[in-house]
Amino acid sequence: MWTLFQSHANEFISGFGWTILSSIIALAGSLVLGTVFALMEVVPNRLTNIIAKIYIEIVRNIPLLVITMFFYVVVARVWHLNGFAAGTIGLTLYTSAFIAETVRAGINSVDKGQLEGALSNGLSWWESMRYVVLPQAFRLVIPPLGNQFISLIKNSSILAFVAGMDLMYQANMLSQATFDTFGPYIIVGILYLILTMPLSYYMQYLEKHLAQGGA
Amino acid sequence: MQELIQAYSWINLRFLLMGLWVTIEVSVISIGLSFVIGSLLGIIRYMKLGWFSKIVGFIVDVIRNLPLLLIIFFTYFGLPKIGIHMGVMMSTTVAMTIFESAMIAEIVRSGILAVPKGQLEGALSNGLTMPETLWHILLPQAYKKMIPPLVSQFVSLIKDTSLATIIMLPEVTFRAQTIYAQKPQAIIPMFIMLALLYFVLNFTVSQLGSYFDRRMEA
Repeated sequence: MWTLFQSHANEFISGFGWTILSSIIALAGSLVLGTVFALMEVVPNRLTNIIAKIYIEIVRNIPLLVITMFFYVVVARVWHLNGFAAGTIGLTLYTSAFIAETVRAGINSVDKGQLEGALSNGLSWWESMRYVVLPQAFRLVIPPLGNQFISLIKNSSILAFVAGMDLMYQANMLSQATFDTFGPYIIVGILYLILTMPLSYYMQYLEKHLAQGGA
Repeated sequence: MQELIQAYSWINLRFLLMGLWVTIEVSVISIGLSFVIGSLLGIIRYMKLGWFSKIVGFIVDVIRNLPLLLIIFFTYFGLPKIGIHMGVMMSTTVAMTIFESAMIAEIVRSGILAVPKGQLEGALSNGLTMPETLWHILLPQAYKKMIPPLVSQFVSLIKDTSLATIIMLPEVTFRAQTIYAQKPQAIIPMFIMLALLYFVLNFTVSQLGSYFDRRMEA
């Protein structure tokens, strides 16, 4: 297996890089989008509440594969998108719905008195969100957001469906080229674990500390 | 408009619905199996049975941190190398069960941990053995709390069956692709239909879940 890795190190490393790149772009995008939708859900405005709710429910109940294929097959005919872009966009939209739910739960678990206090001290609703509620909410949601990031990294394997050059795609290409259906998958599995395992243990550690009232 | 009606002809719809049935079949079998196996693994991990629990816990962590797609590939293409041959349906079910068992094991373990410690201590000091305590005191309370995460795990299992498209399991996503590969004008109707079918299926499951959750609370 080590010889297989050595002889195809370039493919593995580039796949590793594309997986990381896609995950980071999707994480940043879905954090922004997710926070926007979470805010839309808590804003005292009926219309935006409903829009956000519909978006979140639809995206959460449709497989990532269907969303990604939609961008790769349908949207790519109008605007030119390569597999990597389509996959990353699909990943971003899919994850944003989950992050929106997480952030909304965080906002709701901040004590109501904080918002009321900020409002009665003369801050506008947006100012109270920006300076008082959101900073507290984000501290609460760090562990669940970390877990979202782990599943985002795992979900980035969806790029293999749309020729997104990521780790999973490279494993398929290699196993087709070398007729070895065992080695490439094991190596790629180890590479995924290098990304996800430390994060997962760190999140468990954080959860424990936050539960003890550390933070 | 004409194209839309053609795309939703009864032949196509029946073809898709047969795929939806495959999706449901795989999901139900995997949910059943992974619920049992996951609960066992979670309990083993919770009980802290020395190195045995440590090893089980490590394996669970490894599987949880791998992409499901990789596990599906591995069971379908990798395992025949070491002499284990399975059909498409079988290897999808096995892969889903392996992955979901690990996810459910974590849910079960943290569910049991979330039961107040006094319950365990009270039961033990009343003379119940550890297995009795688990069965009569801890698990009933833990499973009540676990309904929401379990249901969302089941919903994601149903969604993840679409990944088996890559090994050509004839489920609903694969069949939609088959249809629009033959008729490019059916692409958009097929995606709408897919979204609709998955949405109805998953939304029903999650609503059922929150219904049971409310019943349990009351």
